[in-house]
Amino acid sequence: MSDRITSEVVAKVARLARLDLYDAELASATEQLSDMLEHFADIDALDLDEVEPMTQPFELVNVMRDDVPGRTLDRDEVLAEAPDPVDGRFGVPPILGTEP
Amino acid sequence: MSETIRSIVSAVRSGARSAVDVTREHLGRIEAREPEIHAFNLVLDDAALERAGEIDATVAAGGDAGPLAGVPIALKDNMCTRGVPTTCSSRILEGWRPPYDATVVERLAAAGAVIIGKTNLDEFAMGSSTENSAFGPTKNPLDPSRVPGGSSGGSAAAVAAGFAAASLGSDTGGSIRQPAALCGVVGVKPTYGAVSRLGLVAFASSLDQIGPFTNDVADAALLLETIAGHDPADSTSIPEPFPALMPSLDRGVVGLRVGRIADLPAGADPDVQNRVDAAFEALAKAGAEIVDVTIPAFTYGLTAYYLIAPAEASSNLARYDGVRFGLRVPAADTNAMYAATRSAGFGAEVRRRIMLGTYALSAGYYDAYYGKALKVRRLMSDDFAAAYSQVDVLLTPASPSVAFPFGTKTADPLAMYLCDTYTIPSNLTGHPAMSVPFGTGADGLPVGVQVLAPALGEPTMFAVAAELERAAGGAR
Repeated sequence: MSDRITSEVVAKVARLARLDLYDAELASATEQLSDMLEHFADIDALDLDEVEPMTQPFELVNVMRDDVPGRTLDRDEVLAEAPDPVDGRFGVPPILGTEP
Repeated sequence: MSETIRSIVSAVRSGARSAVDVTREHLGRIEAREPEIHAFNLVLDDAALERAGEIDATVAAGGDAGPLAGVPIALKDNMCTRGVPTTCSSRILEGWRPPYDATVVERLAAAGAVIIGKTNLDEFAMGSSTENSAFGPTKNPLDPSRVPGGSSGGSAAAVAAGFAAASLGSDTGGSIRQPAALCGVVGVKPTYGAVSRLGLVAFASSLDQIGPFTNDVADAALLLETIAGHDPADSTSIPEPFPALMPSLDRGVVGLRVGRIADLPAGADPDVQNRVDAAFEALAKAGAEIVDVTIPAFTYGLTAYYLIAPAEASSNLARYDGVRFGLRVPAADTNAMYAATRSAGFGAEVRRRIMLGTYALSAGYYDAYYGKALKVRRLMSDDFAAAYSQVDVLLTPASPSVAFPFGTKTADPLAMYLCDTYTIPSNLTGHPAMSVPFGTGADGLPVGVQVLAPALGEPTMFAVAAELERAAGGAR
């Protein structure tokens, strides 16, 4: 996994992450990500085949509560912080039809 | 200048000093030195004085003003305060006012604390120097040409400068312990789940934990006892009651086994290592048994962390899309708006970690990076469990060096990441760890010794920390 990452892959990752990269940024991002991944190759030396992945510090069980009505966030207070509140909802630009 | 919480509470509750006077004294110090230090994103002077007045009224009426009556406390600016701007030191959240309080904020209020301001941090808590703040760095009060550490650098500096009697920070890979070490104050990362994360803006949810910065070990115990405990609104909150800490402070270390990690990764400066060696000697002299242990996975912690934390961050930070709160950069359609907003709103380090995390999680690379990192996390947990079958606590440096000058690590992300070498493993395992000032190293700057303990081992950890403080002559 220590192959150097290419700028094409970095550009694709940026698209997935919804980030615009300028050309100069793309070059430096590719360089930096490559250096990091090279450093992170140290774990390639470990035999991990039989090791269980660990996603959380402690075993978690799903937490359920009784379905009783309670206080929720105030709609006006929440929408007051939105960039474009429209008729009690979040306004957004067109979703379909503007991109080729 | 560095007054303890205990002395303030006792004076305010007895009526010997008013909470308003205590708050004014802290605001006075802020006025004098904050322009140079920049510990805060926001100073809440009017609200703090109003709150202090309420505390005084409670005392005058013979009521119980709470265990933190009149104590000015600063909050890292990634903890939600209802109606009060919470920025995470990011342009993308600039001006945003949360519609609710974090659980820790509610608990501090109920205990009679006075919130004096919101402190600066590396953007979204990603960094080790506060140089990644969108609003400019915080200076180290002990030497303003140097960093205070990070990411909770503002919280550490606020306590070190006497702007607040205590503060809260968050620690995902060392963000409380490293700045505590660099600023010469006490900093604690509690057991994962001990303190509610509700209202802490998420960075890496399986690693994040809130904890205190204080002037001494007993203050840290008192503040942690106040904020810890089950919160039904945080699904990762530990259901059991949090253990009492104050009774442990005078326990001493007789009969305790203190572990020295024989295969600890190299990298600590000699002046720092000398202080850690001296800490072992002091504990042995006080009656502890020093035991050599090995933790082979320790050295792989950095890699595991810098794959897992960015992976979780790339998912958590997907919510900053210009739709519901914060910045929006207008564009012709939603996809273009998302990208324009996120590119303008996030700083370089945050973008870097989102990219790294997205890559580590993406199809074709998941098994090679994120999947492997999770397995290394298991090895780390197993290795620590084996060590804790032989010892009660472990001792390491908190930071590889004393506070470093501005700009020395900004050009090389990996050099900055290495600051976290000794603090990361406790986040991966979920264990508690704390930094205690233990003398000085190069240029007379403070060195922090890190005490590590197993899950919910805080009482023993604090017993050892209190002993180190006595040995260093720092107990009040």
